[in-house]
Amino acid sequence: MADPEIKSYEPYHESRSAAVTESRPAQAVLMAIAFAFLGIFLLLPLIIVFHEALAKGVGAYTQALGEPDARSAIRLTLLVAAISVPLNVVFGISAAWAIAKFEFKGKAFLTTLIDLPFSVSPVISGLVYVLLFGAQGLLGEWLKGHGIQILFAVPGIVLATVFVTFPFVARELIPLMQEQGNGDEEAALSLGANGWQTFWYVTLPNVKWGLLYGVLLCNARAMGEFGAVSVVSGHIRGLTNTMPLHVEILYNEYNAVGAFAVASLLAGLALVTLVLKTLLEMRYGAELAATRGH
Amino acid sequence: MTTAPAQAGWRFKQPSVIPGFGLTLGFSLAYLTLIILIPLSGLIWRSAALGWTDFWAIATDRRTLNALEISFGTAFIAAVVNVVFGTLVAWVLVRYRFPGRRIVDAMVDLPFALPTAVAGIALTTLYAPNGWIGKLLMPLGLKVAYTPLGIVIALVFIGLPFVVRTVQPIMEEIDKEVEEAAATLGASRFQIITRVLFPGLAPAIITGFSLAFARGVGEYGSVIFIAGNLPYKSEIAPLLIVIRLEEYNYPAATAIAAIMLALSFVMLLVVNLVQTWSRKRYG
Repeated sequence: MADPEIKSYEPYHESRSAAVTESRPAQAVLMAIAFAFLGIFLLLPLIIVFHEALAKGVGAYTQALGEPDARSAIRLTLLVAAISVPLNVVFGISAAWAIAKFEFKGKAFLTTLIDLPFSVSPVISGLVYVLLFGAQGLLGEWLKGHGIQILFAVPGIVLATVFVTFPFVARELIPLMQEQGNGDEEAALSLGANGWQTFWYVTLPNVKWGLLYGVLLCNARAMGEFGAVSVVSGHIRGLTNTMPLHVEILYNEYNAVGAFAVASLLAGLALVTLVLKTLLEMRYGAELAATRGH
Repeated sequence: MTTAPAQAGWRFKQPSVIPGFGLTLGFSLAYLTLIILIPLSGLIWRSAALGWTDFWAIATDRRTLNALEISFGTAFIAAVVNVVFGTLVAWVLVRYRFPGRRIVDAMVDLPFALPTAVAGIALTTLYAPNGWIGKLLMPLGLKVAYTPLGIVIALVFIGLPFVVRTVQPIMEEIDKEVEEAAATLGASRFQIITRVLFPGLAPAIITGFSLAFARGVGEYGSVIFIAGNLPYKSEIAPLLIVIRLEEYNYPAATAIAAIMLALSFVMLLVVNLVQTWSRKRYG
């Protein structure tokens, strides 16, 4: 590959004398093991998704995706992501502003709390809402009395999705805004801008690529979440089935083409996410917090 | 040690000309409380309401113990596998130059991006007795799908990026001079790796291990398809929670969740301690 990026690394490589790198054969062996491992564990699962989806031809594939239940699952997944991602974007920006721009007591503790959903099993993330809103739940009676349906309905699915995708935007923006400091904002304010103008014209342009990066990861998880959503959804076909849940139902019915057809859309989403993520890292690496090993 | 000026006293927030502190902190706290803290404390409250005897009975039930043992055992093995191969992959990505390195590097994040249910059915299809890999392992007497070995495979897939992404940045920061100095002093390549490079990488490897382990313990979507889900044999703890919920046995589901949560919290604490320790020791 005639990539200028790779060329520029060449001197670094040449300058390594034999004593500080492995011998050529050892390098070849290590690389072969690493590639074999990645091929078996990452590449094959990806290939088999598309292979199985198209196992009975393109006709069967498009037909599987045209099924009303598949279509409603796609619609619900898009709806859930369209609600939960913006919610977490607003939270992420707000939390990053408070944490990065100000010094206050308990800041480290708050940052730890934001990461909490990452260390909770997805099943437990769903369970907590069942305990809260379920028939035997704390608010179950009250909700029933008022005819409000949260569990086994769209609100419950959105809540569970918001829970598992909660930290994505915040944890990208907080270190980024901390690194950028307050200088730009203070300059804008001293020149007469109000708080909102400062945020809109100074802070937001400074963090836009980091924000996009966080949104990308948040969205991928929101559309792909399985465990948490599975617990709260009730698996009602055509009503509360998201795409990952629909994949499970079809698979358990031995409808391999149907299951892998829907799965291929999710795999496509994962690939698009990875490509965009890599492009962002290559082009705007200096403006992202995630690429600096925070 | 410097002492704070006495007149400053205790202050919640340092003064700042930047506006919006009350609004953004207030909103963040309200949102955090509503979405995360109240639901989680509901879980703790419900399990506390169980009483010690009931809680202990559920916790020491053989099916619960087996499920926890399988979850933690397979997650541990998978994390060990990932430490070995994840470190190797990071090494190859950082040290060697080859065509398509960027693509390989990007692919490492696939388990982060691929929905777990998709990974689950893909791995099951590969490792089933008639699958591409399962077919090759069958003559060797190795059954992967529908056994605990299948759980390990799924967790290796899920945990790999945690190790690579934790170790990789630290590897990139290693000074070439350190290796050169060791070489000048007569160290062999093997000695340089084990005595010079490895100690610097160890904290990152431990952190990567803990992250992969923690994620593996709670993992559900990718595992349930390949595990076979036989009670006492290949049933993971998150699945047992779901089963108890479907039986409307809320107390049991709550208790198992509380145990898992407590154990994950301990692990999170350990990760943080390791990180602080490594930052202190290796700056």
